[in-house]
Amino acid sequence: MTIHFLLNGKKTTLDVAPDRRAVDVLREVCGLTGTKEGCGAGECGACTILVDGESRLSCLMLAAQLAGREITTIEGISDEGHLHPLQDAFIQHGAVQCGFCTPGMILSASALLNRNPNPSRADIRMGLSGNLCRCTGYQKIVDAVAATARREEES
Amino acid sequence: MTQVYLPRTLAELWSYLEGKPEALVYAGGTDLLVKMRTGKVTAAPALICLERLAEIRDVRETADAIRIGAAATHAELLRHPLILTHLPVLTQALHTLGSPLIRNMGTIGGNICTASPAGDTLPPLYILRAEVELCNGETIRIMTIEEFITGPGATQLQKGELLTGVLLKKPVEYNFHHFEKVGQRKSMACAVASMAALLRLSPAGVIEAARLSWGSVGPTVVTAAVVEDALIGEKLSLETLAAAAGKIKQIVAPIDDVRATAEYRRSVSGNLLLRLLDARPPS
Ligand SMILES: Cc1cc2nc3c(=O)[nH]c(=O)nc-3n(C[C@H](O)[C@H](O)[C@H](O)COP(=O)(O)OP(=O)(O)OC[C@H]3O[C@@H](n4cnc5c(N)ncnc54)[C@H](O)[C@@H]3O)c2cc1C
Ligand code: FES
Ligand code: FES
Repeated sequence: MTIHFLLNGKKTTLDVAPDRRAVDVLREVCGLTGTKEGCGAGECGACTILVDGESRLSCLMLAAQLAGREITTIEGISDEGHLHPLQDAFIQHGAVQCGFCTPGMILSASALLNRNPNPSRADIRMGLSGNLCRCTGYQKIVDAVAATARREEES
Repeated sequence: MTQVYLPRTLAELWSYLEGKPEALVYAGGTDLLVKMRTGKVTAAPALICLERLAEIRDVRETADAIRIGAAATHAELLRHPLILTHLPVLTQALHTLGSPLIRNMGTIGGNICTASPAGDTLPPLYILRAEVELCNGETIRIMTIEEFITGPGATQLQKGELLTGVLLKKPVEYNFHHFEKVGQRKSMACAVASMAALLRLSPAGVIEAARLSWGSVGPTVVTAAVVEDALIGEKLSLETLAAAAGKIKQIVAPIDDVRATAEYRRSVSGNLLLRLLDARPPS
């Protein structure tokens, strides 16, 4: 099946089996290995991508569902060599340890900030509650997202 | 290889279903894809995706009723002003369902058709006396959710039939909506037990009307007229609730599983009633 979609801002056409999982298409066909697979069952959020700006689990999406959509993966979130403010804040706050959850965390956080530019810490915890982290204990991740929201507000 | 169709209109969907009667309906995929991967559902020749069908995705109101399109996602319903205004008990339940990611994908129709004893929209839908609208392209059947769900994972849905909408009367006679779920953690946890309640409280705090239901403590949602009768006419107090809690513990039929023992579920079913005291709206 031929599918057309926008991948990180670039017009993309692929010929893939329609029932292949989106996570496999992104990683194996498009070579974008920033999107991770943890559980493959919707529980961990490592495979989070943005579909028309909303967070989705690419392990529970089929290739056919990409058609006509605007897809953003972690590779597409920075601007030509400039880190996204969330990426910057994750580094500043030590919110990355092994890094496996980080792409999903950052995409979920960016969807959260789009909807709610001024979240409380409770809103942030709730907004990221589908993304599991085995390393950081979440505190620094919440700090990084809160700092990004403050920074955006000040600028 | 499984074909995947993305119809934009119901007319297109019926023609795909006619051509591939063995096709499976695929809404958010959060139950179906997981089951296909673990082999609980065998691969279908085709999947028909509902995500682009605007016709069965919106929420509409008339003077006294609300109609929810079956393909509306949990996140859409959670943000919907009509749901928040008229069906807060459903909003409260949606808050506890899965995670933001699951709510962005999963639909109310999928939650109903999965018919899990732990389905979080079900206890509210039972006490709201929801009706489901089923259509096969030619005829429409309407029945209560209680009739539709016949057992754990079992419904009256027939081959070639689609759940198109959920029909609800605005529960204007109730001024206290409440839902609580007890799980092993707050987010992404299947309910150990849950309870939904609609009460009408008089200004003096007397319970004038009550509808209650429990999730995860029986093969399907549990309702209990004797418990409702025990509350009606009484003041909302710890004594009233404790007496009703004693009754519901006799009625629920929970099982032991990896999440909790039957005995624990039984106690929680009663204790959830006691929480109505803390949750009541300020008078
Ligand atoms: C990590 C995780 C956490 C979860 N947590 C919860 C939770 O806390 N509470 C909870 O209740 N559920 C939970 N679920 C289960 C699931 O997300 C919900 O039941 C969801 O509402 C299913 O909807 P869906 O649109 O994804 O259904 P799908 O997976 O698309 O479909 C489910 C079934 O219903 C059928 N179907 C769907 N829509 C229709 C229709 N309109 N007409 C006819 N048949 C239809 C499909 O053919 C399939 O058999 C969780 C799932 C995951 C993966
Ligand atoms: S890999 Fe998709 S949620 Fe875990
Ligand atoms: S940094 Fe290792 S899982 Fe989050």
